[in-house]
Amino acid sequence: MAFNIYDFTTLTHSIHVGLAESFSPVVATTIEWVIVGVSYLLFVALFGLFLVYAERKVCAAFQQRLGPMRVGPWGLLQTIADFIKLLMKELIMPRKADWFLYNLAPFIVIIASFMAIAILPFAPGLQSFDFDIGIFYLTAVSSVGVIGILIAGWSSNNKYSLIGAMRSGAQILSYELSVSLSLLTMVIFAGSMQFSTIVEGQRDAWFIFSGHIPAMIAFIIFLIAGTAETNRGPFDLAEAESELVAGFHTEYSGVKFAMFFLAEYINLFIISAVAATVFLGGWMPLHFGNLESFNHVMDFIPPVVWFFGKVLFVIFVIMWFKWTFPRLRVDQILTLEWKYLLPINLVNILLMALVVLTKFHF
Amino acid sequence: MLNQVMFFLFGAMIVIFSLLTVTSRKILRAAVFLLFVLISTAGLYFALNYNFLAAVQLTVYAGGIVVLIIFSILLTSHVSERAVMAPFKQSLLSALATVAGATLTLMTILQFTFVPNAAADPHFNITDVGNALVSYNRDGYALPFEVVSVLLLAAMIGAIVVAKKEKMLKK
Repeated sequence: MAFNIYDFTTLTHSIHVGLAESFSPVVATTIEWVIVGVSYLLFVALFGLFLVYAERKVCAAFQQRLGPMRVGPWGLLQTIADFIKLLMKELIMPRKADWFLYNLAPFIVIIASFMAIAILPFAPGLQSFDFDIGIFYLTAVSSVGVIGILIAGWSSNNKYSLIGAMRSGAQILSYELSVSLSLLTMVIFAGSMQFSTIVEGQRDAWFIFSGHIPAMIAFIIFLIAGTAETNRGPFDLAEAESELVAGFHTEYSGVKFAMFFLAEYINLFIISAVAATVFLGGWMPLHFGNLESFNHVMDFIPPVVWFFGKVLFVIFVIMWFKWTFPRLRVDQILTLEWKYLLPINLVNILLMALVVLTKFHF
Repeated sequence: MLNQVMFFLFGAMIVIFSLLTVTSRKILRAAVFLLFVLISTAGLYFALNYNFLAAVQLTVYAGGIVVLIIFSILLTSHVSERAVMAPFKQSLLSALATVAGATLTLMTILQFTFVPNAAADPHFNITDVGNALVSYNRDGYALPFEVVSVLLLAAMIGAIVVAKKEKMLKK
C-alpha cells in the first residue's frame, strides 16, 4: 500500500481498489462508508478532548496559573479522565420535559456539526467529498445546528434554559449573516465555491495576502462573527454561568451534556478550519513570489502539518478573545452585528468586487 | 442499487414524518417532524446529484423557515400545551379534500409516460446558475430576480412599520 505524507490520493485510491477487488461494489461502498464514518468519529472525539485540554491550558496561561497538572504528564490525561467521569454519570430528565425532543436535541446539534466537518479538505486527497457548492453547503448545514439548541432550551421545561435558547437563537441567526457575507466576499475573489479550487487558487499567495485590504477586513469580520456563531466568549451569553446557570443545557447531564460540549468544540474547529482554508491557504505551504529556494524549503513541510498549524493558530486567537474580553450584553451583541458588522460587510463586498474588476490584487 | 436503497429510505422518511407532522398534538414536535420532511427532501436532491437545489432546500427551509416557526413557538407556547383535537366534521372534510388532492396528483403522474433521457446526467454547474440569474437575454432571470428583490424590500419595510407602529403613533 503506497503511503505518501504529501498526497493522500494514492493511499485512499489503493484502499478503494483493494476493497473493490475483494468485494461486490455494494459491499465495498458500504465498507468505505463505515471506514470514513469511524475515522471522522475518532478524529472528532480525540481532537475534541485535545481542544478542551488546550482551552484549559490557554485560560490558565492568561490568568497566570498552570492549569491541569496532576493527571498524567502536564495534566495531559485530565480531559480523558473528565470524559470517563461524564460517561459514567446518571442521565437525569426533568419530569415534565418533552421526552422526545429533550432526547433528540443533542443529536441534531452534533449531526449538523458532523455534516459540516465532512466537506473540509485536510490535505490533498483527504476530503470526503468535494462539491462545486462547497461553501454554500457549509453555511447550509451549519444553519441546522441552531434548531437543536432552540428545542433543547424549550423542551427542558426550565425558564433559564428557555431564555438561554432564545438568546443563542437570536445571536446565531444574526451572526450567520456576517459569516456568510464575509465568506461571499472571498468567493467573489476566488471565483469559486469549491474548496479544492479555493485551496488551489492560493498556490502562489494566500488570499489574505493577495486580496489585501478587503480580504483582511473579511478575515476580521469572519473571526468576530465565527466566535459569536459558536457561542463562545465574549459572546457566550447564551450560557452565561452567572445569570442563566449554563443556559440551554442546564437540564442535561452525562453523555447528553457531553454531546453539547463536544459539538461546541467541533464548531470551534470548523470555524477555524474554514478561516484557515479560505483566508490562510488551507493545506498550501507558505509561498512568496520569486523566492525559489524559500518556497522549496516550505514544500518539504507536509500539507497536513500546514493545515493543522493554521487551524491551531486560529483556534488560539479565538481562545485569546474568550479569556481577554468581558461578556457583552444582549443589546450590545445585536447592535454590533446589525449596526456595524453588516454595513461594513456590504461595503466590503462592493470593495472586493471593485478590486477583482480592476485586477488590483497580487 | 444503493441509490434505490437511499431513494426508498428518504421516500419512507418523507411519508412517515409528513403523517406525524399533521397528527402530532404537540406543536413543537410537529415543527421538528416538518424539519425531518424537509431534510429528507434535501437528501433526495443530493441523491439526484442536484447539490445546489439541496443546499438551497437546507438553507431556505430547514435553516430559515423552520427556525422561524420554532422561534415563534418558543415565544408563544409552553411545553405542557397540547393542541385541541379538531371537531369530527372538520377532520372528515379535510381528510376528504386531502384524498381528492392526492388522487388527482397520482392520476396525473401515473398517466404520464416517462421517457428515460439519453443524456442521463445533466451536470448542473453553480456557474451556470449564477450566470442565468443575472443574464438579461432570453431565458435569463435578471428581471424576476429584481422583481423578487423589490418584493423582499417591501416586505422588510412593512415589517419595520408594523414593529414600530406604537412608537410612531406616540410622536
